[in-house]
Amino acid sequence: MTEFLAVLVDGLIYSSWLFLIALGLTLIYGVMKILNMAHGSFYALGAYAAASMVGYWLNHGHAPMASYGILIIAAVLVGVIAGPLVERGLLRFMYGRDEMVLLLVTYALFLILEDVIKLIWGVDPYFVSEPYSLLGTIDIANLTYPYYNFILVGVAVLAGGAVALVLQYTRQGKLLLAVIHDREVSLAMGINVSRFYLVTFTVGTALAAIGGALTAPTVSVVPGMGVEVIVLAFAVVVIGGLGSLQGAALGALIVGLVRSAAVHYLPQVELFCIYTVMALVLIFRPKGLFAAAEVRKI
Amino acid sequence: MQRNASHVLRAVLFAFCLVLVSTMVATPGAAQQPVKVGVVTFLSGAAAGPFGVPAKQAAEVMVEALNAGGKVPGYHAKGLNGAPIELVIIDEAGGTTKQVTEYRNLAQRVDLVIGYISSGDCLAIAPVADELKKLTILFDCGTPRVFEDASYKYLFRTGATSTMDNVASAMYVVENKPGLKKIAGINQNYAWGQDSWNDFVATMKVLKPNVEIATAQWPQLLSGQYGAEISSLLSSGADVVHSSFWGGDMEAFVLQASPRGLFKKSTVVLTCGETGMYKLGNQIPDGTIIAARGPFDMYAPDSELNRWFRKAYMDKFGGVPPSYPSYKMAQALLGLKSAWEKSKVQSPADMDKVIASFEHLTFEGPGGKVTMGLGKGHQAVQGMVIGTVKHEGSKVTYVNVKHYPADKVTPPEGVKAEDWIKSGFKK
Repeated sequence: MTEFLAVLVDGLIYSSWLFLIALGLTLIYGVMKILNMAHGSFYALGAYAAASMVGYWLNHGHAPMASYGILIIAAVLVGVIAGPLVERGLLRFMYGRDEMVLLLVTYALFLILEDVIKLIWGVDPYFVSEPYSLLGTIDIANLTYPYYNFILVGVAVLAGGAVALVLQYTRQGKLLLAVIHDREVSLAMGINVSRFYLVTFTVGTALAAIGGALTAPTVSVVPGMGVEVIVLAFAVVVIGGLGSLQGAALGALIVGLVRSAAVHYLPQVELFCIYTVMALVLIFRPKGLFAAAEVRKI
Repeated sequence: MQRNASHVLRAVLFAFCLVLVSTMVATPGAAQQPVKVGVVTFLSGAAAGPFGVPAKQAAEVMVEALNAGGKVPGYHAKGLNGAPIELVIIDEAGGTTKQVTEYRNLAQRVDLVIGYISSGDCLAIAPVADELKKLTILFDCGTPRVFEDASYKYLFRTGATSTMDNVASAMYVVENKPGLKKIAGINQNYAWGQDSWNDFVATMKVLKPNVEIATAQWPQLLSGQYGAEISSLLSSGADVVHSSFWGGDMEAFVLQASPRGLFKKSTVVLTCGETGMYKLGNQIPDGTIIAARGPFDMYAPDSELNRWFRKAYMDKFGGVPPSYPSYKMAQALLGLKSAWEKSKVQSPADMDKVIASFEHLTFEGPGGKVTMGLGKGHQAVQGMVIGTVKHEGSKVTYVNVKHYPADKVTPPEGVKAEDWIKSGFKK
């Protein structure tokens, strides 16, 4: 029984981490129909920025508890600087082109950003582990968990909830839903689609960066950390249905729980269990679990 | 007018030819042609920080000192029998297929090649070295299969194989925890992790046949998130946890496992732990068993050569100490120099003589004596050293340091590692 509880807790923590990363990706796809291969690089940028800023903060003897706020601030800074730069400076010129072209453009961007990160921060690892152990630990199911893991869960729920609330209950959110549904008609109705694209991309980038910033205290921040993450984020988003918020949440939950169960009961299959889930889902629901019903265009 | 112009033109042409000819004629006392040494090591990607860059930096330190002459203890002669060494460094990243192509290109530009951290790259390059007849010195990769599966003329490896890392770890663990009943492992799910775990378990089964394997975790290489794995290890009740994790994965594992008490509940063995000690030493708790792939870094025997190497490296690179890849690169260069000087060649054209001298060579490196005693004289043999972490104030020290002589932890010539272990380490 305690093992089962551990599977649930581990699954929940991992799912939250996945959801935080996948949320920005699915949001950008849903609105702009761009599969952003550079999403992992923004995650990495968030982690590096957080490591640098919190490292600077702590080295100058400031209050350790404020480091949590600094993590978020660092991520948001990455979002509001990198997001508009990329969207206005590059993607804006590619709208209307084939999705494959946009995919290649974001892939090229990913490769460039990986090297930019190395140019700025070098190849050595960065550590900013104090926030991870600062809040102490809690014992669940005879196992010790740092409270920090549950902050991650909290932020994931908050982020998902905030995006859902904005989309459903605010005027801007409803306008964004219109843009998601039909870009051309929205343009015709006078919605400033270009501004929505900019804001969406910035928010998506900031969400990726927040994922990276919150991960930074649990790992050593090294080059290439964004590469693994992009594969996982894709798998989650594909399972849930590209562009669907609930899909990303359910996809993350399923993947997290299945992986956690594999690790506890059958570690040898952990390597490919997430892809097995993806394959099974796609066999029965080729567009993902929450794919919108599509009107067939003759 | 025309006649004057053509006179001037002829004079200029003649002067030009004179200058050209004079530069081509070797003047007495001219410098020897440099020996071009290609170096292949990770300069980008996950393996750059912990392995590739320290190796490259060690190459730079060694070559600078060797070319100056009179600086390296025990190796006072300049360069390679007087010829300066010129490094041509390329990146090992990009995968095995790409590396074979890069090797073929590099071989055309250099006299010999030193390199390769990835076992996959080593296995792919090995036959190409003989095909191109290019002296190639593998300095780091661990797979025993290079010289177990085949013999080579132009290929040498100046670093010992990884068999001894895990055999010695198991021996050390049994000696220090005689009452142990359960073991567990967490290793990256690819050849390195699989081979490491298999050698460790095989040795444990010989030394303690009733040992129980509580759990074996196989996270993906570069996963970085080990929450569930750590939970599983914690609830397994294992006395000893074995891990061949390296680089960012090892560091993430330590950072995530330490606050959760794994290092207190079980004794953790990190077979590649040494590379993380400089930056992460304060996070690695007392009682953790650390290996360094050989007698390197904190385990290197005290010698003038070791002291000089550490000081030269730290002076050049901002106080950061050399780690085991640095030691192994220095070892490769000193092995080359020893063979070169023993053969007394004056030009890279006589590479066959260098190769003949390299076989069965014994030479001194910053980690102590190295003997090319396996693989028909092409594979180095060295002892293994393992210790336990103990913090004294803010300083990290190592206690209970045990030296394992080479023949105790390495299979003899012609015997495969797994057969040798199963036979009970028959000599």
